[in-house]
Amino acid sequence: MSELLKVPTMAEFMAQGKQPEVLFWVGCAGSFDDRAKKITKAFVKLLNKAKVEFAVLGTEESCTGDPAKRAGNEFLFQMQAMTNIEVLNAYEVKKIVTACPHCFNTIKNEYPGLGGNYEVMHHTQFLKTLLDDGRLTVEGGEFKGKRITFHDPCYLGRANNVYEAPRDLIRKLEAELVEMKNCKQTGLCCGAGGAQMFKEPEKGNKDVNVERTEQALEVKPDIIAAGCPFCNTMMTDGVKAKEKEADVVIMDIAELIANAQDL
Amino acid sequence: MNYLPNILFVILLVLGIGYFSKNVQKLIRNIKLGHDVNVSDNKSQRWKNMAMIALGQSKMVRRPIAGFLHIVVYVGFIIINIEVLEIIIDGIFGTHRIGLSILPEVIYGFLIGSFEVLAVLVFIAVIIFWIRRNIIKLARFWKSEMTSWPKNDGNFILYFEMVLMTLFLVMNATDTHFQSINTGNIISQYIAPWFSGLSESALHTVERTAWWFHIIGILVFLNYLYFSKHLHILLAFPNTFYGKLTPKGQFNNLEAVTKEVKMMMDPNVDPFAAPAEGTENEMPAKFGASDVHDLNWVQLLNAYTCTECGRCTSECPANQTGKKLSPRKIMMDTRDRLEEVGKNIDANKGTFKEDGKQLLDNYITREELWACTSCNACVEACPVSIDPLSIIMDMRRYLVMEQSAAPTELNNMMTNIENNGAPWPFNQMDRLNWKND
Repeated sequence: MSELLKVPTMAEFMAQGKQPEVLFWVGCAGSFDDRAKKITKAFVKLLNKAKVEFAVLGTEESCTGDPAKRAGNEFLFQMQAMTNIEVLNAYEVKKIVTACPHCFNTIKNEYPGLGGNYEVMHHTQFLKTLLDDGRLTVEGGEFKGKRITFHDPCYLGRANNVYEAPRDLIRKLEAELVEMKNCKQTGLCCGAGGAQMFKEPEKGNKDVNVERTEQALEVKPDIIAAGCPFCNTMMTDGVKAKEKEADVVIMDIAELIANAQDL
Repeated sequence: MNYLPNILFVILLVLGIGYFSKNVQKLIRNIKLGHDVNVSDNKSQRWKNMAMIALGQSKMVRRPIAGFLHIVVYVGFIIINIEVLEIIIDGIFGTHRIGLSILPEVIYGFLIGSFEVLAVLVFIAVIIFWIRRNIIKLARFWKSEMTSWPKNDGNFILYFEMVLMTLFLVMNATDTHFQSINTGNIISQYIAPWFSGLSESALHTVERTAWWFHIIGILVFLNYLYFSKHLHILLAFPNTFYGKLTPKGQFNNLEAVTKEVKMMMDPNVDPFAAPAEGTENEMPAKFGASDVHDLNWVQLLNAYTCTECGRCTSECPANQTGKKLSPRKIMMDTRDRLEEVGKNIDANKGTFKEDGKQLLDNYITREELWACTSCNACVEACPVSIDPLSIIMDMRRYLVMEQSAAPTELNNMMTNIENNGAPWPFNQMDRLNWKND
């Protein structure tokens, strides 16, 4: 399959004197994390299928600086941000899509103050517009009638009030969307945000991801849908900790849509 | 004529309002210890937020039981206080129920009647609040920061309101003239029989006592505010007005850092150049916050506004899983430290004398700060637009940028970002390898 993936870079577009419709910001997790790479590929397959002219920065992409900023290192954040903005502005990028809510939030909200102004979309929002515009069609396929619960990523939901795009996509799969007791505005964090992903948690009586996984398991889903590579890791670990790997899988919305199409 | 009661009343009124104004000035001075922040933008949205969130209680009702009871007390409190206007006029001029002589009897009756109904509703709501705190023991009222003063404060406020409502109803029930007109005594007519054995003069004494204690109680309560979490009844309004308007995920970019980063990235900057004329003596900006004066004044206003309801803490993922972090405690600590700094300034003739203490470590521990996932659940939960997360972030900034005191794993993560543009030790040149995996 992989040889069929078309992943042009901005440099290649530039060389041909062309501009892509959208820049796909892959993010560190999407580039390097084995689990997240699958999400990246699923999303690319969908972009290819919908014939979206997109490009990636490839080796010219660098961390947005989000984990540094949330850890308190404003210097490192702004160094990263300004370097990235220089690259993005040099390519005259107008529109960015990313499968990571942390990259999404940082580029959308924190880059404008440093000179980076782009239209930024989360991949669930982008996929929804592709479906609405008829560029992509989706049928329930293997997910028809399955119980799916959506775990709101903090940096997509509360941070940016995006609650409906991922849910609309799940509904399109003709699946049964079930909500956890904490969802949308009151969604519980997976435990990875604020640079927690990169450190051991403080002393307590439970890990946050286990608490959240328990909430998810309460609604007896077949699938826990995620929209963030870090939530995906945390929930996968949570399900392992509860020894429920046989009963429930964690999948990104892009993977659900791609799998439904047998891509 | 005997003017003694009038004089006494005016003295009490002046003392009560005077002491309160003095404390309000102190409050404003303390809040202004925070550095400036530009909140002059988007006035119309700010007014709207204040109208919806503070006046309209829109976020209170997210928890329907507490929200409904709170609206009862809130509406009751505001409306019943119209009665205070009459009490003040009567007190100053020695009149009795001036409203009866200037308003048509039916309107006066309607007003007092609604006050009486509301007084009973407030009384019931307050009893339920007390039961939730002390009998049901709702978890958020029994967290570790809710001992001693904060716990007592919560109950004192409820007792105050019970006493004030009782005095109001007793005052009406024992007022023989008011009862004889038989208008507006919707509730008090049923309380009046409890006093039926008393002589006319004894009734009058009870009525006068209730009247005096009612107004004294209100003045005491007014002055209690400054020392209590109950300040929210006033500060919720400015606090929701100045609350954050940008998306919750947007953290501010530090300007002082921007300047330095731009200089670092500009190849034309001469690193050995002498500082510009007139800036030689400028102190380099301090990054982040270790004490209250490093925070901005809106954050300090937040601290005084917090009524310690604990909705933030009950939604906090770190707190829910047994970590030390409690967003409510962050706000309480900030206020306690700010009060301490304020008292220090009072004691030292208007200047702060170094006391060897600060908000960081003496109040808020590093363990609390590092437990935050920056998920914004606390910010979302707050019914009056308090932002505990911004204080946590400013203090982390101090720890990392001024003290290089991040946890080791985070230092590794940041070193990776610096060296290879990713939080993990992968080569930037391998970023597109996933394509061929």
